Amino acid sequence: MRRRIRFKWGRYRAVVFKELLQIRRDPASLGIAAVMPVLMLLLFGYAVNTDVDHLPAAVWDQDKSFQSRELVRRLTNSGYFDQRYQVEGYAALQRLMDAGEIKVAVVIPPDYSKRLDTRRPADVQILVDGADPNAARTAVANAQLIVNHLAFERQQAWFAREGLNPVAQPLQAQVRVLYNPDMKSLFFNIPALIGLIMQNVISILTAFAIVRERERGTMEQLIVTPVRPGELILGKLTPYVGIGMFSFLLVLVTGIAWFGVPVRGSLLLLVVLSLLFLVTSLAIGILVSTVARTQLQAMQISFGFILPSVVLSGFIFPRETMPLFLQGLSGAIPLTYFLHILRGIFLKGVGAAELWKDILSLAGFALLFCAVAIMRFRKKLE
Amino acid sequence: MSRWAIRCDELTKRFGDRTAVDRVSLAIPRGTIFGFLGPNGSGKSTTIRMLCGVLTPTSGSGEVLGYDLLTEAEEIKQHIGYMSQKFSLYEELTAEENLSFYARIYGLSLERARRRKEELIALAGLAGREKQRAGSLSGGWKQRLALACALLHEPELLILDEPTAGVDPVSRRIFWDLIREFARRGVTVLVSTHYMDEAETCDQIGFIFFGKLLVTGTPGELKARTGLPSLDDVFIQLVNAQGHFSGQGGGQG
Ligand SMILES: Nc1ncnc2c1ncn2[C@@H]1O[C@H](COP(=O)(O)OP(=O)(O)OP(=O)(O)O)[C@@H](O)[C@H]1O
Ligand SMILES: [Mg+2]
Repeated sequence: MRRRIRFKWGRYRAVVFKELLQIRRDPASLGIAAVMPVLMLLLFGYAVNTDVDHLPAAVWDQDKSFQSRELVRRLTNSGYFDQRYQVEGYAALQRLMDAGEIKVAVVIPPDYSKRLDTRRPADVQILVDGADPNAARTAVANAQLIVNHLAFERQQAWFAREGLNPVAQPLQAQVRVLYNPDMKSLFFNIPALIGLIMQNVISILTAFAIVRERERGTMEQLIVTPVRPGELILGKLTPYVGIGMFSFLLVLVTGIAWFGVPVRGSLLLLVVLSLLFLVTSLAIGILVSTVARTQLQAMQISFGFILPSVVLSGFIFPRETMPLFLQGLSGAIPLTYFLHILRGIFLKGVGAAELWKDILSLAGFALLFCAVAIMRFRKKLE
Repeated sequence: MSRWAIRCDELTKRFGDRTAVDRVSLAIPRGTIFGFLGPNGSGKSTTIRMLCGVLTPTSGSGEVLGYDLLTEAEEIKQHIGYMSQKFSLYEELTAEENLSFYARIYGLSLERARRRKEELIALAGLAGREKQRAGSLSGGWKQRLALACALLHEPELLILDEPTAGVDPVSRRIFWDLIREFARRGVTVLVSTHYMDEAETCDQIGFIFFGKLLVTGTPGELKARTGLPSLDDVFIQLVNAQGHFSGQGGGQG
């Protein structure tokens, strides 16, 4: 096909104007576009909280002494365990564990305080439900830590009572957590959620906008006009860049104001790079629309890439621990780079100097996808 | 300038292993009304879509207004007006907004767009309905609005796919008066239809059956050739003559 007919701003503007009119006449879908991401953020923000604390626990205290109560108090005060039940006997513990009522059981032997008073080692049994490995790991580690600490204090007290100098522990790790000192998973997840939600909402919205023209037959009429694919695609995209940006800012404000996630880096850089990601998501939507015939198909195909992007982008599982093959796949997903950017700016406060690789990759994807979309977008009905 | 508005040679379209249009050759002189007839699924729309550049022919060649069908599809689009079988304007936009959109898409200057819109609204009898949403217009009005949109850029060739299907007799009459008015001004018209009264008034008609163009000629010629009193009878006879072979045609869709 000869390309004698060039891109004309007039035609591009006509498409933009028409699209805006259509969007305005359909306030319901506009509302969904604007509010849906915020609702999703609220929903997922609470659901995707991977912090393990307040594990329900039962205690079988056979000693019932001041000492045993002190141990239980230490465990619950840590915030990791909530004592829900006080039971007698293994059978009762087993029942609670089977029913999923508790994740942790603490068994204190009858001679607990007696052994401590006579300076003989005492054993505390801690039973953990391992079905959820993440919760189990946290429970085991923290229970051990708390009990060890108590034991160490006891030892110090014994030495002191004998007039000996308290011994210093020979080895101590001085751990300092950078960037997210409280290690709140919310702070890690919310920025990523913003990226994920924006990608999904924007790409599905765009795919719908184009597939709808096919479904209703309005595309056939457009094909018979001199409109160029570039004019049509860019014209249809432009309003959605605006909607997407508005929606992004809404989500951003929700993340910051409602969930209290701090932005350590430059807010301006964040917004600019989000715009870049927005364009990439729009282009994904167009690509979907060049394959899908109906809105239903568009939905299905969209889910076909949303799922891998959830699993592979580093949203849930860290990229570094994936097998090499999956790491490669993950590198082919734009969201991967945007998540890195989001978390970098939000949590670490890094700037363009540290993120240039991700920025370049994202820009590359945006260009590539737009080019492929415009090339693939045939002015034909087949 | 060639005297033909449309000329095509052995135009063929296959969908998978079904041949929808089978080696159709046509020559339509400028300034005439050509009626395209044939039963449901015979390949009228498919032929029309190939001529408009909506579908790419599987094989064959053609020229529309002197431009090559395969290599100059975009030039063709500047000079033709098309109305598809299914209403294909934006239902949520008003009549006037639809007209304005297509005026801009065709690159009309502001002044020319205003003038053309006024003219066509008056001509198509759409006055008073400009602010009504296209989706809420009734059948006849919708079709006249679609026609107006197709005529904005003063095309030399008008291609209409069953423009009067499902439209009441009065609206049908108004519509054809419009078509004839434009033909008188020199616009070539290719129109598909199932109505024999419409076919009777065409300069030329072609009858397509199972993707094959069986006959072309003036309505008078066709009747004289077969000695039958009406076009209805002519086509029923044609279909019956083909009846023995219809099993090969690929089936009706
Ligand atoms: N996109 C397509 N894919 C597959 N088959 C198709 C496609 N378009 C048309 N066909 C088939 O091609 C044949 C011709 O269809 P076409 O729409 O051209 O017929 P028509 O003469 O316009 O019929 P009608 O009077 O019902 O409008 C039919 O059998 C139809 O099922
Ligand atoms: Mg048809």
